[in-house]
Amino acid sequence: MATTMALRSFGRRTSIAARGFSSSCETEKAAKDGKPINLFSAINQALHIALDTDPRAYVFGEDVRFGGVFRCTTGLADRFGRSRVFNTPLCEQGIVGFAIGLAAMGNRAIAEIQFADYIYPAFDQIVNEAAKFRYRSGNEFNCGGLTIRTPYGAVGHGGHYHSQSPESFFCHVPGLKVVIPRSPQQAKGLLLSCIRDPNPSIFFEPKWLYRLAVEEVPEHDYMLPLSEAEVIRQGSDITLVGWGAQLSVLEQACVEAAKEGISCELIDLRTLIPWDKETVEASVRKTGKLLISHEAPVTGGFGAEISASIAESCFLRLEAPVARICGLDTPFPLVYEQFYMPTKNKILDAIKATVNY
Amino acid sequence: MAVRLMRSPTLAWRKMASLAAFGRSLCPTSPRFPAPACGNHGSLLRPVRHLGSGEAAGERVLQVDNRCSDQVLDFPGGKVMFVPEMRFLPGSPNERINCYRVLDDNGQTISGSRFQEVSKEVAIKMYSDMVTLQVMDTIFYEAQRQGRISFYLTSNGEEAINVASAAALTMDDIVFPQYREPGVLLWRGFTLQEFANQCFGNMLDYGKGRQMPIHYGSSRLNYFTVSSPIATQIPHAVGAAYSLKTDGKNACTITYFGDGGTSEGDFHAALNFAAVMESPVIFFCRNNGWAISTPTEEQFRSDGAVVRGQAYGIHSIRVDGNDALAVYSAVHAAREMAVHDCRPVLVEALTYRVGHHSTSDDSTKYRSIDEIEHWKTARDPVSRFRKWVEGNGWWSEAAEVEHRSSTRKELLRAIQVAERAEKPPLSELFTDVYDQVPANLQEQEKSLRETIKKHRNDYPSDVPV
Repeated sequence: MATTMALRSFGRRTSIAARGFSSSCETEKAAKDGKPINLFSAINQALHIALDTDPRAYVFGEDVRFGGVFRCTTGLADRFGRSRVFNTPLCEQGIVGFAIGLAAMGNRAIAEIQFADYIYPAFDQIVNEAAKFRYRSGNEFNCGGLTIRTPYGAVGHGGHYHSQSPESFFCHVPGLKVVIPRSPQQAKGLLLSCIRDPNPSIFFEPKWLYRLAVEEVPEHDYMLPLSEAEVIRQGSDITLVGWGAQLSVLEQACVEAAKEGISCELIDLRTLIPWDKETVEASVRKTGKLLISHEAPVTGGFGAEISASIAESCFLRLEAPVARICGLDTPFPLVYEQFYMPTKNKILDAIKATVNY
Repeated sequence: MAVRLMRSPTLAWRKMASLAAFGRSLCPTSPRFPAPACGNHGSLLRPVRHLGSGEAAGERVLQVDNRCSDQVLDFPGGKVMFVPEMRFLPGSPNERINCYRVLDDNGQTISGSRFQEVSKEVAIKMYSDMVTLQVMDTIFYEAQRQGRISFYLTSNGEEAINVASAAALTMDDIVFPQYREPGVLLWRGFTLQEFANQCFGNMLDYGKGRQMPIHYGSSRLNYFTVSSPIATQIPHAVGAAYSLKTDGKNACTITYFGDGGTSEGDFHAALNFAAVMESPVIFFCRNNGWAISTPTEEQFRSDGAVVRGQAYGIHSIRVDGNDALAVYSAVHAAREMAVHDCRPVLVEALTYRVGHHSTSDDSTKYRSIDEIEHWKTARDPVSRFRKWVEGNGWWSEAAEVEHRSSTRKELLRAIQVAERAEKPPLSELFTDVYDQVPANLQEQEKSLRETIKKHRNDYPSDVPV
């Protein structure tokens, strides 16, 4: 295996030990000459490249200049200057509104929202402005250079407001692209694609993996395709679909299931909208079973969309109901985090139940 | 009195004199406050009973050594003086911020008024565009009443704001409008046919029929497309201005909004960002007294928008919005400051929305007809400017009749053309959501086309499929 994603032990999550992801040709190619680095360093590399290759690229947000609370913007201000890498006032709607105006002038506006939990003040700017900017003007104007980066998801101790996975809110908004990487190598390539894509995109970064996920990442400039899912593990009995940090949990469940003779096909959706239905459909046509897993609450989560779509297109091929192993329909709870989460054994049980349906 | 330690002895004396009247218990060496920067006063404070008028039971005033009052806190943002008196800033000053004006009600320049010279050519274009806007509003309003367009929104009463502010800018300056500024677009050269095409949502509408009437936009004229949400365009203007600054352009952005818009978070975010980012942007508040039916007394308790500009560290001015020369001069000066000093400027124009909010509104339900009539007649910005232009010998009754008549004819013709033009084709329903049509939309278009074949009568016949 050319790419090995080693997960260091992290807080209470020691159960999630080092493991590897299967690789596609695409990632194998990208991994040549790579050095093992963690996810925040991969993001940092991507930002360095983005600023270096496009003089019209800007990086900004709360506490960005000194390197950011997750260190993703380290060294950028020193290298590219304070006019291109800067702190903003503490105001998410201002950050996104400012970014839209900057992007509308033909710039690459790379805005950081410090936690996805705090993106809601910017909701109107994202939904009513960024997403509709091109459409409502008949392509007279666009803000395609806008990329919003924001850390999302569980982190072991984040409670209500440092753990949320709000991706599905934005998946209901035509005009946006929503992208979530699973690993350092993916993060670098997908982030560069988002930054250079001529459409506004939201890039959710799995903060749990910022330091935990270490992988060989090529130092050169490369991009990974948007709206293309990746089959990262071939299998024949059931299709598992997820994104971001949840991929490592799904991967563990695959390994455990294999011990019991169940062959799982694992798909990283990578881009949530517009999503790669074709790849998921092709897999379900092969396996006849589907399980979707995400950290966000199950009701109205993006898993529901995938489930409904596949029920429509693969109804006669499905041999069992589509399973969704997701977060509970509660606010993200501090001491109950482990209970809330779509953990390996919840997934494993659902795999067995679905396969034996 | 230890005057020798005072930075400004005169000021210090005055402060000391007023201390007894305003003093309340406060010691600058109280543990709740940081240690003063100059600490040579020793322990010279002693409590005394305060016997002055207005004293609340139990309150004390401390007899203060004079040297305390020049203690300075070196704090981020600059030095802050410590004072022993506890005095709250008032919620509003005793007098309202005054309003810059050039022309009196009779269109005469007020003696001593300072304003930007306007050439004959510019003045005539300003006046004739104000009249064109009036004609356009009258005819489109009627067209909506006749059911020919679905919606309309007039700029009556705000013609001077629209046209004079536009006249003071250059074409390189970029406009982020709300929706009651079509006169800016008119000034820049948007034709009556282009206005009509948008209102009818035909295939020539740049917005491809996707938005309601009056949501104009033109990249050719640096006028960003109108969107309905209030105030969302204000932070965009700041980001765009920042881009102009870093590109070293000799240009600024201008963004328009109403009194109601100043209550939105985007207004506050934008002002703060602009001040901090030192962006060359003009914030133009059309304070017309009404946000649909909500009067300004129910909108805010500050003295309008102008004081809020100052609170954010932004140069601000209040101007008579019905005085074209005052608006022109203020925006001209604001532009100079924005572009050359790289800073935001706020202009608050006092005016009145003479028309209803839109064709969906009847404003006589919430405000008096007398009030509307007063502003429509006695304070009309168009007739006031006409008096000035005529006074200069640049305009005449004959020119007036000719301009109104030819504009009316041209507009009626434009409306006929716009009405007869085809609607945009069905395929445009799916374009421009993204730069390319993604798979899900291709699938949905295919499916929709099949449905249309089966149920053609369910769909409008004037949209080519």
